[in-house]
Amino acid sequence: MSPLEIVILLPLLAALAIWLGAPARATSVGAAVINLLIVLGLVFGFQAASAGKAGFAFESARIVLDNPAITFGVGADGVALILTLLTSLVTLAAVWQIGDDKPGIYHISSLLIAAGALGAFLSTDVFFLYAFHELALIPTFLMIGLYGHGEPEHRKAVAWKTTIYLGAGSLVLLAGLMWLVLEFSGGGKLTFDLQALRAQAALTPLPVEKQAQIFFVLLLGFGTLVSLFPLHSWAAPAYATAPTPVAMLHSGVLKKFGLYGLLRIALPLLPQGAQVAWVQETLLFMLLGNILVIGLVTINQKRLDDVLANSSVMHMGYIFLGLAAGTEIALRGAVLLMFAHGVSIALLFALAGRMRNQLGTLELNKLGGLGEHAPAFTVLFAFGAFASIGLPGLANFAGEVMVFVGSFMNYGSASFGALQWAVVVSLWGVVMSAVYMLRACRNIFHGSAMTGLFMRDPALSQRLPLIMLAAVLLIVGCCPWLLLNLLKSDLAAVVAP
Amino acid sequence: MTPPAQETSASLPTLLLLLPFLTALSILIGHKLLKGASVVLSIASAALCFVISLMLLDARDSAPILLPFIEIGKFRIALDALIDQQSRGMMFIVTSIGLLVHLFSLGYMKDDEGKVRFFGSLSLFMFSMTGIVLAGNLFMMFIFWELVGLSSYLLIGHWFEKPSAAEACKKAFLTNRIGDFGFMIGILMLFMANHGDVSFIGLKSGFAEGPLHEMTQTHTTFMMLAALGIFMGAVGKSAQFPLHVWLPDAMEGPTPVSALIHAATMVAAGVFMLVRCSFVIEASPDAATIIAWIGGLTALMAALMATQQNDIKRVLAYSTLSQLGYMVMAVGLLAIQVSVSHHEAGPGHPAMFHLYTHAFFKAMLFLGSGAIIYACHHEQNIWKMGGLMKHMPVTFATFAIGTASLMGVPFITSGFWSKESILGVGFEACRPLFWVGVFTAMLTAFYMTRMFVITFLGKPRTENAHHAVEAPIIMVLPLVVLAALTVLSTFESFNRLLAAMIPNHAEGHPTVMIASIAALIIGSGAGFFLYKGKDSDPLNIKLFANKFYFDEIYAVIVKVLQDQLAWVVTGLERMFVDGIVARLPAFIAVRLGSAARVLTGGHLQAYTFLLGAGVLMVIYLVVFVLPQLGH
Repeated sequence: MSPLEIVILLPLLAALAIWLGAPARATSVGAAVINLLIVLGLVFGFQAASAGKAGFAFESARIVLDNPAITFGVGADGVALILTLLTSLVTLAAVWQIGDDKPGIYHISSLLIAAGALGAFLSTDVFFLYAFHELALIPTFLMIGLYGHGEPEHRKAVAWKTTIYLGAGSLVLLAGLMWLVLEFSGGGKLTFDLQALRAQAALTPLPVEKQAQIFFVLLLGFGTLVSLFPLHSWAAPAYATAPTPVAMLHSGVLKKFGLYGLLRIALPLLPQGAQVAWVQETLLFMLLGNILVIGLVTINQKRLDDVLANSSVMHMGYIFLGLAAGTEIALRGAVLLMFAHGVSIALLFALAGRMRNQLGTLELNKLGGLGEHAPAFTVLFAFGAFASIGLPGLANFAGEVMVFVGSFMNYGSASFGALQWAVVVSLWGVVMSAVYMLRACRNIFHGSAMTGLFMRDPALSQRLPLIMLAAVLLIVGCCPWLLLNLLKSDLAAVVAP
Repeated sequence: MTPPAQETSASLPTLLLLLPFLTALSILIGHKLLKGASVVLSIASAALCFVISLMLLDARDSAPILLPFIEIGKFRIALDALIDQQSRGMMFIVTSIGLLVHLFSLGYMKDDEGKVRFFGSLSLFMFSMTGIVLAGNLFMMFIFWELVGLSSYLLIGHWFEKPSAAEACKKAFLTNRIGDFGFMIGILMLFMANHGDVSFIGLKSGFAEGPLHEMTQTHTTFMMLAALGIFMGAVGKSAQFPLHVWLPDAMEGPTPVSALIHAATMVAAGVFMLVRCSFVIEASPDAATIIAWIGGLTALMAALMATQQNDIKRVLAYSTLSQLGYMVMAVGLLAIQVSVSHHEAGPGHPAMFHLYTHAFFKAMLFLGSGAIIYACHHEQNIWKMGGLMKHMPVTFATFAIGTASLMGVPFITSGFWSKESILGVGFEACRPLFWVGVFTAMLTAFYMTRMFVITFLGKPRTENAHHAVEAPIIMVLPLVVLAALTVLSTFESFNRLLAAMIPNHAEGHPTVMIASIAALIIGSGAGFFLYKGKDSDPLNIKLFANKFYFDEIYAVIVKVLQDQLAWVVTGLERMFVDGIVARLPAFIAVRLGSAARVLTGGHLQAYTFLLGAGVLMVIYLVVFVLPQLGH
């Protein structure tokens, strides 16, 4: 049995155990800790395990069906491993911070989302990759509808909106994937195995225009799941309404599935499709919409949860920029940024959730002066906020700068193409992020406290998972090579020749 | 791409960089355990940094790699140092003034509740500033560039309960972000043009004979924009027009911070960076002209504003703006001169020379003002002081030395020589800017005399001023040391210690000297006779007192171009994106919902299970059934 299968199964088993009556908190935190330890072990053992291999490490395959060929195959390369690490970190923080007063379903659904994300990241079979993501979506909808914030009518509406959007996106995605699989299937035998599809794509690449068409369908499908402009409008209300662990897990981890899919499936199988002018220009237009339009929308928000939710949509633009550029540096930067964004937004949502519990409101102009009463809380928030505005020394900066550099490098040239202009515009987005984040910090922590609103620092045991996330931001920010070294050559193979 | 391998001295600079970082980190993590020891730790680390920078004064020129950061194949962003006379000299300034400010703060912040946080932030600042000085490539420069921005944010906002301080720190960070926007574009343009190498060594050789050399001839606009992009970084950090508005507000921070960060070191980093990148500016005469004029304009405008300020720290802040304008002007002027005459500049740069002398005397003036504020029970209005000469003799003496140096009293003050060398370049490169410089010098003499007369001479105007006593020894000592450094730096032998302080334009034209001495006499004479024995300001120029209404204008711009635009865009996004892309599905959803309610009695769980079943069914159909139909 591959250790990766254990990593996927453990949260599922823990969820089952809680459903059957095991103590919720102990079980889920225990499972998350063990999972994190296993993943850390895998990260440390990765160099040895992948030495001399072109494809995946820790792989295993169990044949489920012969024709169409579906195997329950798992395996990890650097990209998958980085996202697995992200998932296990965020899962631990998410289940840890669930209060004792919450019912067991909080733990069960968090674990299910985690298992779905892990399965999606680690599957080497397109069928399971897709199915695991669907598995993770169902508890997300459920939790928003049942335990979301706000009036029952409101949260139900948000749950429906999310469901319809993501359901429709998933169906478009499914259509695209099927188109892809059918195009590559020869001799009446369908295969969903990524390695086999890759070999096929290398052997007999599709005509460029067909690549572009399939890529575009996949982009729409995956893009909806990642809240790519203008398919984004489910995301902000969903995050602002979702219970804290679900907001952490979905925006931090599960949303990365769409990006991961583009990186794992669309780019390697359709390497020229992404570079076709109309596809790239459309993508640039959409991602600049994320950065500029949603950036301005974020500035206009009046509640902290809305600010965070919209900022999370906005920051997807930078990752898409890395994918659009398609150079090795930009792609690696995008992966690093996926990790960094996941950790920082999870930290911020966790803190916002705590504030909502203690203060009962997140309206910016009602808050103030928390810096005096809750210094540790303030420092943790500052870590998340400054990471998300790309301060050097925290993880997001390294990813962003690699995306910018990778998109800009047109060595020896002295003229700007579409990508260069896109970078210039995106850089203005970095200024906008600073505007809304610092405004939020100013309103919440500075000045003097409003009457009746008072908050204490969380106890050390409650602080630990948050400190863990902040420490990860700092460590990866100072030593991004720790993660980048895991990537080896997996992304070099993705880059169009 | 690879700097010459120097096995000799990587460990000392690495230690210099990491020491304050580890100090700040351990204060952040362990402040509960360390308590008062945090302060000792911070000061000890500053002292050790000073010792290391003294040791580096003897080090050979080298470009050691300190720490890895990002490396992918041929592409690399590393933390690599460039040790040469500029960085050695700047490091001496940063660590010496840094140490003195740490000591001064021990007295000034004695009773502050956030003392530990203050010293932790100071250590963070020392780390960031060391990084800027050591940086051997533009990416590393940018990394620490933003980090000094963070430490400045934390220190300006030290008393964050005060709304004015909270607004000021936000304003400082955001204004700098706008500058950094241009800085990053400039870096990326050079990165692209020089095939991925933005180390100072690589860029220099690139401009001398590499790919960039050709482009300076063929793509003048591109090179000008790259140079202006880099310059924009300095416009933000060194508070040049039009991004100068944050610096006066930064005076909300504790006074030692104003001395260290907002007078001597961080704001001068922009000038340091421009001198580091002087070859970029020299490659584009147009950019050089723009830079020189922006510097000159800032110098003049800030001096005009300074003449009507009543807050002792604000006068000094505008004077800092004005002096920074001089330095930036010098960078532009020298670049014009070099690009016209086509021979390389000498070893010393007049802008760096002025940076050094200014750092000492301005830090001293700020610390002096801190001692006064401390003695007058946090009174900052100069009209509520007066007659402090008798009460605070040491502060008075050191303040007098600083004022004399800033005004440029001929031959005996360091400020005279450095200003002279800037005016000298102006005289040769651009006559109108030379006269702007002379006029600014006259205004400088005027407003410094004004402040000096009001604060120290005459009779005490309030109780606080009447009862003022000399500050404790821990605060007076740094003043005396800085005064000594200010005086010493006029001497040849001390200049040799900081090799960069020997400017290559020391011997000026007689006109230059006559003009600047005349400016001094007119300015200080007018200031003395106008303000001697006055209890209120005889001049009342609204335009200067209100800083040319920049804050008001910018407030309108931010309101319209950012907040209103954001409001409109949000509305449009709601209307179109959400309206078209989401209303339609919502409509379907309601229909589906009512259908489902009939089926299940309205339970959300049931909806969701229905959904799950539906998804599974679609998957089954698409994956298993559809392909079979095709074959």
